[in-house]
Amino acid sequence: MHVLEEKILAARRTGRMALIPFVTAGYPSRECFWDVIRELDASGADIIEIGVPFSDPVADGPVVEAASLQALQTGVSLHGIMAELLARKGEVQAGLVLMGYMNPFLQYGLERFAQDAAKAGVHGVIIPDLPIDEAEETRLLLRSQGIALIPLVGPNTSEERMALYAEVSEGYAYVVSVMGTTGERGALPAEVPEVLARARRVFRLPVALGFGLRSPEQLKGLSPEERPDAAVFGSSLLRHLAAGGRAAAFMEVWTRPER
Amino acid sequence: MKKGYFGDFGGCFVPELLMPPLMELEQAMKGILPSAAFQTELNDLLKNYAGRETPITFCPALSRELGFDLWLKREDLLHTGAHKINNTLGQALLARYMGKKILIAETGAGQHGVATAAAAARLGLSCVVYMGAEDVERQSANVRRMRLLGAEVRPIESGSRTLKDAINAALRAWISMQADTHYCFGTAAGPYPFPDLVREFQSVIGREARVQMLERTGRLPDHVVAAVGGGSNAIGMFAPFVQDEGVRLIGVEAGGSGEPGCLNSAAINRGRPGVLHGEYTMLLQTDDGQIMPSGSISAGLDYPGVGPEHAWLNAVGRVKYEVVCDSEALAAFQKLCRAEGILPALESSHALAYVLEHRESFTPGSTVLVNLSGRGDKDMDIIEKALPL
Repeated sequence: MHVLEEKILAARRTGRMALIPFVTAGYPSRECFWDVIRELDASGADIIEIGVPFSDPVADGPVVEAASLQALQTGVSLHGIMAELLARKGEVQAGLVLMGYMNPFLQYGLERFAQDAAKAGVHGVIIPDLPIDEAEETRLLLRSQGIALIPLVGPNTSEERMALYAEVSEGYAYVVSVMGTTGERGALPAEVPEVLARARRVFRLPVALGFGLRSPEQLKGLSPEERPDAAVFGSSLLRHLAAGGRAAAFMEVWTRPER
Repeated sequence: MKKGYFGDFGGCFVPELLMPPLMELEQAMKGILPSAAFQTELNDLLKNYAGRETPITFCPALSRELGFDLWLKREDLLHTGAHKINNTLGQALLARYMGKKILIAETGAGQHGVATAAAAARLGLSCVVYMGAEDVERQSANVRRMRLLGAEVRPIESGSRTLKDAINAALRAWISMQADTHYCFGTAAGPYPFPDLVREFQSVIGREARVQMLERTGRLPDHVVAAVGGGSNAIGMFAPFVQDEGVRLIGVEAGGSGEPGCLNSAAINRGRPGVLHGEYTMLLQTDDGQIMPSGSISAGLDYPGVGPEHAWLNAVGRVKYEVVCDSEALAAFQKLCRAEGILPALESSHALAYVLEHRESFTPGSTVLVNLSGRGDKDMDIIEKALPL
């Protein structure tokens, strides 16, 4: 079983939903970024997704896009991220996932990236602009180094297409909650329970729900069978950090026991 | 499962949420587009609404000066002023057959936006055009034209506030409104099936020109030249000639000011392969894979990528891609105005400029066909700033 799947199942065994915060590399500043990662790790994150900035992030909403462009302006690059991860290997208990667009990985060299990422302690990679139709070579290169290519599916992904992902994927299935780019919303869209149910039918992997999550309240309406195994939050955390908030305070809302 | 490749180039690098509408479009392209009903209706629109076929024009004065025969394919005479309408009428009609109610489009200079707005108005569809905020400012006449034609123009403030950001915004919008919306992509680039679909609609240029040259000169041209930004006018012109081995094809990229290290739009000549906007193609990018800003006096060529079929035609050597800088394009613009009484778009001026600047590379007595993809009226503000009038 892949280590990312184990992390989520470990949370499930203790009766809780796994927590997967997303932070763009080098955000809110290059100095503070690793403090944020350490704080997220210490305050209950099971897996941490680190965003690799790209100039043209078509699957992201305005908050993540702005963070991405800010990171690029301060000189954040995939090479730099890999070097820092290697230097800090072992400091973080949570699973580590890099999330970024295809081109920076491609220019780094996919084979070399897979090797370097494994050495630096990366467990998984999410590439939003790499649908299954284009993913085979990348997935195999990553798998040869023990790294999972996490599938992203959404409300308009048919059961047939989900099955294509399910057949080859490891780690967890990332279910996008909304037909739109990332960003915060109030209530969950009405189709979420149905999408989660569909993903559960098709994937044997744990199911993570993301895009638009802001608070645990949003998940309260879901029945126990519908509840995702993990929640991913990006934009809301970035906004919290941008406003000067502590990562630990953000996590506390999600780890409060009464949920 | 890979689809839509030209050699190594092309493909479909989009979020999974965009795969269903792209697959729906592929089905429509294969099922609806070849049908007699669709073709009849499209041909009627092209003929009686857009003004096809466009003539080929012999240039007597320039031919005398150059020592070879120069012909122009007159896409500048089309409704809305450029070849763009060939594609937007095709896609708008296809969208209507698919039951879509809304067209969204990106635009840089505004030509594709105007052509989409016109096609949408004609076919009873709503239209939203995404346009970089900087382009909204520098192409205000086209913004007004789009609004008059009933389109909503949404300025995009993110990134470099130009065409590539408008494409990002349109792709994002399409994710959330795909049920009743068709994304009318403006050039022969982007994810599969757009490069095929746009080439299909633009190939009317080369099909007509091939027949016309045979009729008027008794043989095929020796050289066919077209400007390449994203590459839709060029692929439309080249595609029907690709099998004619004796016809040399030349694509002309925009080199910007021409100073060393200047912003340019010559993705094939100065770029490297990578992934942007759903396709693997030649791109202007940094070593880290970040997309670089592009630049050109011609807003319609100002794009850091190029259609994947061009990247492939270059790789296999079937088309030669050359670079022309701003000042050369301006000189060609002036030359055509004075010598032949035709006011070309700055995009088309790049194609012409290559011929004028490299006249020695064309055999005396040979026949050269240039795709005059658009008219220059839209460029008057830029030209007034650049040239003493």
